[in-house]
Amino acid sequence: MSIPRNAFQQMKMIIRDQSRVLASEEDLVSYGYDASFGFYLPDLVVQVNSAEETAGILKLANRFKIPVTPRGQASSLSGGPLPVKGGIVLDVSQWNKKLIVDSEDLVAVVSPGVVTAQIDKAAAKYGLMYPPDPGSSQMSTIAGNLAENSGGPRCLKYGVTKDYVIGLEVVTPQGEIMRTGGRTVKNVSGYDLTKLIVGSEGTLGVITEATLRLVPRPPSSRTLMIIFDHFIDSGKMVTKILTSGILPAKIEMMDGASIRAVEAYKPLGLPTDAEAILLVALDGHPAAVKDESEKIAEIAKNTGAKEIKVAKTDQEAGELWQARKLVSPAIVRTKPTKISEDATVPRSKIPEFCARLQEIKMKYRIDLVVFGHAGDGNLHPNIICDKRDKKEMERVEKAIEAIFHAALDLGGTLSGEHGIGTMKSAFMPWEFSPEALDMMKRIKTAWDPNNILNPSKIFPVPGQRLVLSE
Amino acid sequence: MSGDPRKKLAYNETFDCIQCGSCLPACPTYKTMGKETQSPRGRINLVKMAAEGKISLDKLKGPINLCLGCRACERVCPTNVKYGKILESAKEALYEQEMDMVSPVKRFEEDLFYKQIFPKRHMLNTASNILWFYQKSGLKTVAHLTGMNKLLPHSLETFEQATPKISSPSHRHHRPKRLFPEGKPLFKVGFFTGCVMDAVFDRINDLSMELLAACGCEVVAAEGQTCCGALHDHGGRTDLTQELAKRNIEVFEQESFDYIVNNAGGCGAMLGEYAHLFEDDEEWKQRAERFAKKSVDISVLLAQLPLPIKKEIHCRVTFQPSCHMTNVQKVIHEPLQLIRTIKGLDFHPLDDPDFCCGSAGVYNIVNYEESMKILDVKMADVKDKNPDLIVTTNPGCLLQMKAGIEREHLGDHVRAVHLVELLAEACGLN
Repeated sequence: MSIPRNAFQQMKMIIRDQSRVLASEEDLVSYGYDASFGFYLPDLVVQVNSAEETAGILKLANRFKIPVTPRGQASSLSGGPLPVKGGIVLDVSQWNKKLIVDSEDLVAVVSPGVVTAQIDKAAAKYGLMYPPDPGSSQMSTIAGNLAENSGGPRCLKYGVTKDYVIGLEVVTPQGEIMRTGGRTVKNVSGYDLTKLIVGSEGTLGVITEATLRLVPRPPSSRTLMIIFDHFIDSGKMVTKILTSGILPAKIEMMDGASIRAVEAYKPLGLPTDAEAILLVALDGHPAAVKDESEKIAEIAKNTGAKEIKVAKTDQEAGELWQARKLVSPAIVRTKPTKISEDATVPRSKIPEFCARLQEIKMKYRIDLVVFGHAGDGNLHPNIICDKRDKKEMERVEKAIEAIFHAALDLGGTLSGEHGIGTMKSAFMPWEFSPEALDMMKRIKTAWDPNNILNPSKIFPVPGQRLVLSE
Repeated sequence: MSGDPRKKLAYNETFDCIQCGSCLPACPTYKTMGKETQSPRGRINLVKMAAEGKISLDKLKGPINLCLGCRACERVCPTNVKYGKILESAKEALYEQEMDMVSPVKRFEEDLFYKQIFPKRHMLNTASNILWFYQKSGLKTVAHLTGMNKLLPHSLETFEQATPKISSPSHRHHRPKRLFPEGKPLFKVGFFTGCVMDAVFDRINDLSMELLAACGCEVVAAEGQTCCGALHDHGGRTDLTQELAKRNIEVFEQESFDYIVNNAGGCGAMLGEYAHLFEDDEEWKQRAERFAKKSVDISVLLAQLPLPIKKEIHCRVTFQPSCHMTNVQKVIHEPLQLIRTIKGLDFHPLDDPDFCCGSAGVYNIVNYEESMKILDVKMADVKDKNPDLIVTTNPGCLLQMKAGIEREHLGDHVRAVHLVELLAEACGLN
């Protein structure tokens, strides 16, 4: 697909600053990837910075039926910002100036390119917190988080991105600017279009402003590291904590393979014969945090924990969390390609899901490491491979299919927080009935009859399967 | 030139990048230029695509030349991508390609710059002699008459105000080659003078040697040493860099030193990475490793020694660390520790100290406009701290900070100094 000449001329009228219209080869190839898989060349990159510009571009694209792919800073693990059908990449990452915290309404109003961590940082100045904390929060834009409905460790206690969005400004695929929701926590007027847009992966509209709910920042926190000889005990431990009346901010898990990888990468004194580590973060009133951490230590003792470490200072807590942070760099040391899945199961099924993952690892002879947000059943089975090795990648493709089968079999879902994008669209019919998928498609068609906005995402093409070998 | 220049590209290293985007917030040019193309992730992708023949090599030219080489991306990279290696490989490939194509005249000019000016101290001395004369006499035409202005920053106005009072040539040539401490030396130290530092800020070199001696070291400015080669390496001239490295290694092998001390973050980074230059030459690789092991920034050594501090200094200071010291040498705490040992100082760290100042070797000469945009971001942070003094650890940064002060019209109440100058003042060495 190439941009018709007269469309290009009109575009120049909409974006007066030509430095924000990128068409050189070196620029175009720089907007063809994200943190997932695959490369697609756009025909044009437009860096918008107002709702009016966005509306102008979409009107034009809709008229000329040019595909438009919205993009933040492309840290997506599901292929959300990949311009699969070419056309225009609509880059909102430089539209990052507006970040207003209203400490009386307890909201933040932000432009789409604001980086997630900056919102929490700004809120902290008022003793407030923006809880969603995806692993990419230091570089992900809020618009990307909204489009993908991102999660993160803290979501165990506080909920995910959609739980914090109360109002949006959206440009429709026809180029109309509209507002959804508002500035109140309670709002039941009409259909909840806000929640429909959040997680729609940039297929229904382009988010141009968001009103986000903030909560009081907890005054204190504490971290515990609990080490297990048997993986199954760590799973039981998660269930016991969550049924004991305590809701930690985070419960993160590392399996034996990730423990050994981290220890080989940077010796932290982790026991390499252990089969699982749980990291538990508590937050709230200091007295409650103290009481709860003692209770958890007690539960751990009774659940066969090998060792329990309680961080006494923030610095000690930082050292304990370092183990979890080092998993990603540690596991890619042997081979360069990392495929991070986020299939999620009901919490009670975590031990069984882990057992199935081990079987898959053996059966397909893949390097599989399991870690992630055990508290909410959102594990990250990571496959370490080399995309230049065609044979290995074929086994990886099969293993990924088996992982999805296992998760769905156990009553789970394909994706807990990364989104469907291009990576998981082939498997949508496994999770949804034809009726449910058809309803989603009808919604898409109603919003975007010409299918210009982020085409080739979410919905499978008949006969489509995951292909990872180049 | 023989062979395909694309073979020079560090292709395998590009596979370490998982394209997560962690480097984006750390990259100064991504911030000021606002394009993925001008980010570490973007540049790595371009190198990879060029190596695969998917784009032509000359598409790399703009983005690679506009990279500061500050390597702030390496520190935040979760998978330890060797960005420096990828960058230098791209420069080398581009240089080869250019040499295949350019006219002999251009090639001669290039060689004049790298072969004649930087390694040859008397040539740089000529440049600084002119600067001195220029300052003393006000004869602006001198630089133009001799063609020396081509070596000076693109906007001479900015840097002319920023350049320090140059010592008269006669003084510079009389610096003692060897200083002894009172009493038995704690360490015997070879002092690396660097070429820009020695030509433009030779007073800082004098003070560095005096300071080391005052702390109990025997200090030797080893005879015959040359430029560290960093500018050549960043220019893709690996062959010349190797020559310079060999000479320095030989010179500092003449005596048995406990340490080889430098006071320029950029040079120190290069000296510490000498072994990378000799990957196919085991003998030189080992000699380079021995050299690199002894090479330290002056702050690292001073932080272990008893500083003979004589007086308090009452002023408000901030600190602009050298990127190559932070990101390559990984020297972070020592300068801060030294600043904090001086009583009376009111220290206010920058919000984003790791953001490059835009000096970056000859970047502020070659890419003046872009460099100034980066400097403006830095100066906004500096102004917010309202300091009397900006402390630096590298001559390039020092010059850039001085330029920043002029640019923001802060000259009447803000000064930029090298850490050594501040310490020397506190120790009463003047």
